[in-house]
Amino acid sequence: MRILSNWIREYVPGIAVSDRELADDLTLRGIAVEGVFDLGAHGSLFEMDITTNRVDAMNHYGIAREAATIYGLPLKAVDASLPPARTGARPYPVRIEEPKLCGRFTARVLRDVRIAPSTGIVAERFRLLEQKPIANAVDATNYVTLAMGHPTHAFDLDKVEGGIVVRRARKGEKLKTLDGVERTLDPDDLVVADEKKALALAGVIGGWDTMITPETKNVLVEAAWFDPGTVRRASKRHLVHTDASHRFERGADFNAPPVANALVSRIILESGGWIEGDLVDVVAPEAEARTAKRASIGFRVSEVQRILGPTDDEQGITAAAAESILTGLGCDLSSASDGQAVTLPSWRLDLEREIDLIEEIARVYGYNRFRNTLPPFAGSVVELPWAEKEAAVRGTLLALGFTEAISSSFCGAEDAALFAREPGSAVAIGNPLSEEAGMLRPSLVPGMLEMLALNLSRDVDDAALFELGTAFSGSPENGYARVEERPALAVGATGQALGSGDVDFSDMKGAMEALLGRFAARSVYFDRFPAASGLMPAWLHPGRSARAAVDGATVAWFGQLHPAEAERRKLKQTVWVGEVWLDRLYKQDPRQPAVRELSRFQAVRRDFSVLLPERVTYAALSSAVDALAIPEIQGYAAKEVLRGGRQIPEGQYSLLLGVVFQSHERTLREEEVQQWSREVVGALEGMGGKLRG
Amino acid sequence: MQDDGIPALKGWSEAELDAAFAALRSELEKDDVFVALRGSPKSSEEIEEFRLRWLGRKQGRLKAISDAWLKAAPADAKKPLGQRFNTLKALIEARLESAAGSGMAAIALDAEAIDITLPGRRRKLGAEHPLIRTQHEIVGIFQRMGYSVGVGPEVETDYYNFESLNFPPGHPARDTQDTLVVAGQERKPLRERLLMRTHTSPVQIRTMERQAPPVRIVIPGKVHRNDAADATHSPIFHQVEGLCVDVGITFADLKGTLDHAMKELFGSSVRTRFFPSFFPFTEPSADVQISCPFCGGAGCRKCKQSGWIELLGCGMVDPAVFGFVQQKQPGYDPEKISGFAFGMGVDRIAMMKYGIGEIGLLYSGDLRFLEQFA
Repeated sequence: MRILSNWIREYVPGIAVSDRELADDLTLRGIAVEGVFDLGAHGSLFEMDITTNRVDAMNHYGIAREAATIYGLPLKAVDASLPPARTGARPYPVRIEEPKLCGRFTARVLRDVRIAPSTGIVAERFRLLEQKPIANAVDATNYVTLAMGHPTHAFDLDKVEGGIVVRRARKGEKLKTLDGVERTLDPDDLVVADEKKALALAGVIGGWDTMITPETKNVLVEAAWFDPGTVRRASKRHLVHTDASHRFERGADFNAPPVANALVSRIILESGGWIEGDLVDVVAPEAEARTAKRASIGFRVSEVQRILGPTDDEQGITAAAAESILTGLGCDLSSASDGQAVTLPSWRLDLEREIDLIEEIARVYGYNRFRNTLPPFAGSVVELPWAEKEAAVRGTLLALGFTEAISSSFCGAEDAALFAREPGSAVAIGNPLSEEAGMLRPSLVPGMLEMLALNLSRDVDDAALFELGTAFSGSPENGYARVEERPALAVGATGQALGSGDVDFSDMKGAMEALLGRFAARSVYFDRFPAASGLMPAWLHPGRSARAAVDGATVAWFGQLHPAEAERRKLKQTVWVGEVWLDRLYKQDPRQPAVRELSRFQAVRRDFSVLLPERVTYAALSSAVDALAIPEIQGYAAKEVLRGGRQIPEGQYSLLLGVVFQSHERTLREEEVQQWSREVVGALEGMGGKLRG
Repeated sequence: MQDDGIPALKGWSEAELDAAFAALRSELEKDDVFVALRGSPKSSEEIEEFRLRWLGRKQGRLKAISDAWLKAAPADAKKPLGQRFNTLKALIEARLESAAGSGMAAIALDAEAIDITLPGRRRKLGAEHPLIRTQHEIVGIFQRMGYSVGVGPEVETDYYNFESLNFPPGHPARDTQDTLVVAGQERKPLRERLLMRTHTSPVQIRTMERQAPPVRIVIPGKVHRNDAADATHSPIFHQVEGLCVDVGITFADLKGTLDHAMKELFGSSVRTRFFPSFFPFTEPSADVQISCPFCGGAGCRKCKQSGWIELLGCGMVDPAVFGFVQQKQPGYDPEKISGFAFGMGVDRIAMMKYGIGEIGLLYSGDLRFLEQFA
């Protein structure tokens, strides 16, 4: 909104400060001036940003009132005087059928007017404000909105048939509005009508048929008060937002219509014409009681101190200071049993409660004159139950070389179906930003794939990422009665992101092992299901993926992205991806380090090179070694696995198993180690293995 | 000096022996190799030559002299003579040994020299996301001030996101927060309809409903709005919200708390100033500006030459909000307690701190961007 400093100064003649200081002083009181532009002899133009609750300050007079309060200066009354009226045949007929929706309606008849371009101060101010002039009668209504914020309307009286009726629209009723749009009205719309037809959408926009034209001879000036909710609904329903609707829906001044009507009439009459009859002013007492005559509210200075606290000034905010601020804003104070009773100004419908007055006092007094204090506190500090677990997950992945990323919370329908934890459980958005963002993500994996694809498309061929976030699910029946939110983790890697070789299954499994190892589970194991079982997620390569289970419950799926899915996403290289269901993992306590005693005796290492049939998995071999139950086997590992080549027969593979023997009680004897070695060899041979030379 | 190069001995007294050995010693110290072994390395051939010259079993000078002198020495002079030879021999050996330790190895090691100006082989570090990093920083400041951490759902009901925060149904204030809604909600009563929370403020209500006063809570979280993406807008962004409720909490406490927090976040020279603003759930409400931490308030590009940057919204908890909470926790009587709330955009702060020009980068997963935070 634009404001002219000189117009403000016209209403408050005594302002001694410069325009720039005036702008700063207003801004510090919440009437924000965002920009000041020099207009030379015409003062300054202020670019304003008025908060939605301060409709009273969305005009020159309202801002002048603020300035008058700040500087303690008198505010000039608006000159609403008019030439005497000639007596009319009868008062112009105005009937309000909906007194709850239209609280007040003023009408004045002007005859023999001359429709012409605006001149004088109206033309000048429009030019400075870059407001497009139309014709004097129309400009008059816009000028009054700029001046005092109250929307008005001028009808071509000769097009009005039989007088004004304010009523609800009839179902299917048509109205062509000033913007040239033919609208079908709703019974919830309030219209200003004549005896035959709707003339205007009340408080929102005027009608085409009764608009002012160069041929207009007689004018009916309307200034009314409409119910905010009704105007707002109509404005939203018809997708038409006007200066008028903006003001009415925020609560206009109930007492303004007679003044606004007079101002509009005055400007039109400057080009000729005369007033017929007295102003018709129909008031709905019930609406008046809710607004201009609403009950006074109680106010206690002690509450000002309790809520606002100490100021830089030792005295704080005194009763006299509070009273002077409130009076300046248009309140009337009188003594009451508990403090004071405050009668509220008609233009400040946002003031309803004692706290509203306290805010006004703080605002005008100046926020920056309050001290900076710190409150004492006797409560205790509570950590989130999973904070430590999340920190462990994040810390582990960062240490492993994965970089944290954040992707969209939304995905397309196809991804939602493919990645949902349970079939059909993805949640749709009612008003999505785009089709590709039509669903709430049921998993973080689609977002991960998108991020990996983005990196690959930008020639970042080595990428290791993870994301911690929320996965959503719900049931579409009963309109998603509830939406479940579960913490989830996605990891993804491609290229040589985790070392010098291409990322492979072992890298992913190693990351999972490290991650799950941070939790105090009794058992962690990895397995997979046959492709035909339907138990594996469809987005994973069935032969190169695994499930991780903690204490028997699935916590993760990971592996190579299914080649078909990689193809669909046009990924140019192999991508490894995994998903961890943190809601399940977080059921485990974080593992507390517990130190095991270190042996003082030397360890003995023995390597066994063995040819094994392909069907023997490492897990099977490992159980066979474990079954030996030799307590001195301190550990063992597959040091090398070889497949193919001339040395290795078809259907077999070579494994180099390194075993470490160690005792906590004594130095091991050679004969003992030889005996255990024979047992290990026995176990390997029991699996069909053959010791290599 | 005789022809065979064996120096003559004047006599067998201690003094005469000392003089003879001093002469031998000075001869040794004039040997280039002996001198060089102390500092710069000599080739192994030169060192071997030196060893043979002095200690060689056949032609070695020490051997020759000791043979000659010992043969001639009377019985009682043999011991002091032998001791002096041993000392001199030990001196030569020690020098040779030190050459083997450094001088000789140095030559070999020199051949193994590498170009240390080549860049190091770096294992890639995982980088924490700038938003998470900033969020931790902000949350940490309030934790140190006695705030507990709270979180809440990203899908909220209309009641928690709007109504209980004093945004009545149909109120224009709702227009300021374009909302993404869950599909299929039309048949439900308005307050039960599900939507993507537009701010973290609903967690204020949820926290107070669970916990009687006093409350001090800091709430980090993700929020969503139906905003088209551009350089500074994203449909997804992050906020940190704070709430402090107790007996006697004042607007001055709000000012002091945020002033302290901003000084911790941006440095102790940062100043704050408060402007009246409007939020339905606080009254009085304020916008907070900090003096520009980049130019110290002189005016620069980052603060658009104004010297100030707007960073926070805050205010005293509106009594109407306590009214909603009282339905479940009667202890929130606005006549007895009071409180303040504040909120800030993590994205904006991170963008400002790290000079990020496009908010979209934060949600792209682009490693070229993210790696800079490792």
